[in-house]
Amino acid sequence: MTSREWEPICDLAALEVERGATALVHGQAVAIFRTHDNEVFALGNYDPFAKASVLARGIVGTRGEIPFVASPMHKHAFDLRTGRCLDDDHVQVPSYDVRVVAGVVQVGPRLEVA
Amino acid sequence: MSTRKTLVVIGHGMVGHRFVQAAIERGLTERFDLVVVGEEPRPAYDRVALTSFFEVGAEQLSYLPSGAYDDPRVRLVLDTPVTAIDRDAQTVTLADGEVVDYDVAVLATGAAPFVPPVPGKDLGNVFVYRTIEDLEAIREASKTAKSGAVIGGGLLGLEAANALHQLGIEAHVVEMAPRLMAVQIDDAGGATLKRHIEQLGLTVHTGVMTEFIDGNDDGLVSGLKFKDADEPLPVDLVVFSAGIRPRDQLARDCGLEVAERGGILVDPQMRTSDSSILAIGECAAPGGKMYGLVAPGYQMAEVAVDGLLEGPGEFTGADMSTKLKLLGVDVASFGDAFAATEGALELVFADAVAGVYKKLVVSSEGDRLLGGVLVGDASAYGVLRPMVSSGMALPENPEELILPAARGGGAAKLGMPDEAVVCSCNNITKGSICGTIDAEGCADLPCVKSCTKAGTVCGSCVPIVKNLLAERLEAAGKAVSKGICEHFDLTRQELFDVIAVHGFQRFDDIVTAHGRGRGCDICKPAVASILASQFNGHVLDKTTANLQDTNDAYLANIQRNGTYSVVPRIPGGEITADKLIVIGEVARDFDLYTKITGGQRIDLFGARMEQLPQIWKRLVDAGFESGHAYGKSLRTVKSCVGSTWCRFGVQDSVQMAIDLELRYRGLRSPHKLKGGVSGCARECAEARGKDFGVIATEKGWNLYVCGNGGAIPAHAQLLASDLSSEDLVRYLDRFLMYYIRTADRLQRTSTWLGTIDGGLERVREIVVDDALGLGAELEAEMARHVDSYFDEWKETIEDEEKMSRFVSFVNAPGVPDPNISFSTTRGQIVPSQSEEPVSLGATIPVGAPTGAGAL
Repeated sequence: MTSREWEPICDLAALEVERGATALVHGQAVAIFRTHDNEVFALGNYDPFAKASVLARGIVGTRGEIPFVASPMHKHAFDLRTGRCLDDDHVQVPSYDVRVVAGVVQVGPRLEVA
Repeated sequence: MSTRKTLVVIGHGMVGHRFVQAAIERGLTERFDLVVVGEEPRPAYDRVALTSFFEVGAEQLSYLPSGAYDDPRVRLVLDTPVTAIDRDAQTVTLADGEVVDYDVAVLATGAAPFVPPVPGKDLGNVFVYRTIEDLEAIREASKTAKSGAVIGGGLLGLEAANALHQLGIEAHVVEMAPRLMAVQIDDAGGATLKRHIEQLGLTVHTGVMTEFIDGNDDGLVSGLKFKDADEPLPVDLVVFSAGIRPRDQLARDCGLEVAERGGILVDPQMRTSDSSILAIGECAAPGGKMYGLVAPGYQMAEVAVDGLLEGPGEFTGADMSTKLKLLGVDVASFGDAFAATEGALELVFADAVAGVYKKLVVSSEGDRLLGGVLVGDASAYGVLRPMVSSGMALPENPEELILPAARGGGAAKLGMPDEAVVCSCNNITKGSICGTIDAEGCADLPCVKSCTKAGTVCGSCVPIVKNLLAERLEAAGKAVSKGICEHFDLTRQELFDVIAVHGFQRFDDIVTAHGRGRGCDICKPAVASILASQFNGHVLDKTTANLQDTNDAYLANIQRNGTYSVVPRIPGGEITADKLIVIGEVARDFDLYTKITGGQRIDLFGARMEQLPQIWKRLVDAGFESGHAYGKSLRTVKSCVGSTWCRFGVQDSVQMAIDLELRYRGLRSPHKLKGGVSGCARECAEARGKDFGVIATEKGWNLYVCGNGGAIPAHAQLLASDLSSEDLVRYLDRFLMYYIRTADRLQRTSTWLGTIDGGLERVREIVVDDALGLGAELEAEMARHVDSYFDEWKETIEDEEKMSRFVSFVNAPGVPDPNISFSTTRGQIVPSQSEEPVSLGATIPVGAPTGAGAL
């Protein structure tokens, strides 16, 4: 979290479209998602409602134009781009900078709260 | 000194019960202690649905299954007639000698069947049709009887004939008048009804007088002799249903005024000639006229409570409209059905082939609806009857109200004024229903029913209540689309059909062709379930894996802290000692919490996701397979030990449960499915609390469907009786497949049944009678499922690609998630929870994972 470094995670090809994967980044569980248009997003894996590390196992889809993941626990929806909960304005999970370099997914620093 | 007074209710039938209910709800018990005295051995029950007693049993009909009211100020005395009322002393004497003082007495003694003075009426096997005891006696006699006659072709007579027919007796209906249901419908309507009934195999004799009932040497019925007939009609059972008479003897004995034609005279506040005694229901005669229907009786009960609360209620006559389904035939009569009003005109639509007869009676100017008769199709009743009571103007082409929809009709769409009475049983107007929907924010039918009581008695107005709800929701901008989510405008059933017709196998193709966006947590699992029901592929196949809901996605049940529980299948709850030991060893080796489930199997909790394959490898090697506890699919078929061991058992319930569980294992459905098989009527397997329940009889199996535990418990209802094992499986195949095809997502069978027009009767027509000709198709679909079954856990652990998803971290597969930890309670692990994410620190520890994962 304090680290500013980019951490390589896995090949982009290893991520299935519209399915999450959990990665260990700087000691934290981070959920990585690849959407149908080949964008990659990273959120904290911890669902603050269920208090469990599970977000990567949720279903990925769209609400209107917003790409989101529904927590497998109680189906709270989180915006993949910002980590903001779409069902409760006051709740946000951490989101991380992501890039793909030479086919490898890299997770960077945590994004500032918008 | 206490200021509380005592109110005695004499009679605990439908109306007496309604009075007590209203007294409790509206606060009358704040001032009165109630003593309710009933003559029948059981509390009030739904007499209108009496014929269904053979199907559903007494408990289902009961209004008070617990045998007591919730309010401690109400004392219920059953099985005890009242023998006298002493008006001077203000006491009521019960048959057991008890004398109860009263400040107010309410007579709700009902009516008794009228038995005309026909010679032979006292022979054995002559019955009436009024109480559960009457039906029990008829059922007993039916065991040896071959044919029976019902004297009286009115509403109740046809119900009775239906009952005989159901009991497998050749049934005759004998009516003196030239047509059936002479009071309610006209000649043409009666003729249509007669044709329907004769097609069902009953024999109808109209315009005949019974001269005497013939008896044999044992004093039992042997025949029925009509006037003008040479030979008696050979029958060995007779049921009288020739009308009812008010039970006013108690009132006569204590000197209360009675009407000329019977019935206790009451004023519009239901007071008898003694102002501290009221009379309500069929024993009462407001203005000298008795009302032999339950709806006016309910009105009287409410008016009586009103009066005692010093409220304004008044009984000013009642709507005698009727709508019912007789032997599967719709019959309705409302308003001035016989065009008795001066200058009244009749509009008739008749289709002899379809067996439909509809008649409207309109005013001489043709601008007001006065009444009508509907036979064969009474769907317009809900709209037409309120048009009579509200006096609203007829549309320009009134014939459209009774024409079939295909020819320009379609009465259901017509507007109705706010004051129109929608539920005539509870006297509830359209305005009050809509007001309640808006005020309470009702979003579904059960909510509207419980908030307004509309549709809770005879149920005939339910389709209109449904329409009103849809109308209000639409007006409020809610639930306009019937689509399952923002990505589809289709219902689940429509999606099911689209997928079946086009043979789609990929979500992307479906959402592109018939939806929008990329899907969500509602439509993706729904599509996944439909694909699994139709094609029975592996849920973790590449095309469907990312559609699966939480539990299906890892073939296990996610629990509080993100770990999973594991349930191997134990068909019928039968397991060998060796297999029990394996489960114990697995639980011990992986340090899992174990608990016995309600479905007679064993649940192992606390498995990390990455441990699941290792656990299942052990289980599969020992001969276990997936229990599908994680799926919206068949869970278990629970059984009692049955005839093998139990000294009461009449069939091998364990074998049947195992056969059914193995047949339907892995079957994906709109919601979870549970079954049960009991080896005798003691029902130790609690089969009637299941989606399908099978109960052994001496002759075979009774099949019950649409039961439910859970949040809204429901008893399963009898679909068919005394089935052979082959027929049982055939009907179950059809029933389950029909449910899977037509139910909404996450709709259990009991709620699904509630949404089917025609309810259980309709399901029976489709499943048992094969009325839609779908039987073979549904059976073939099930056969396809049975033939293509495989154990999805066995396939998963043998497939590297599928195994690749069971890792804690994609970049550190050996490291367990630090967020999961356990403490110990009662000697087993339990999840401990942290309030925020747990970090492993900046470096990834290297080494073997903790716990049993390394085994």
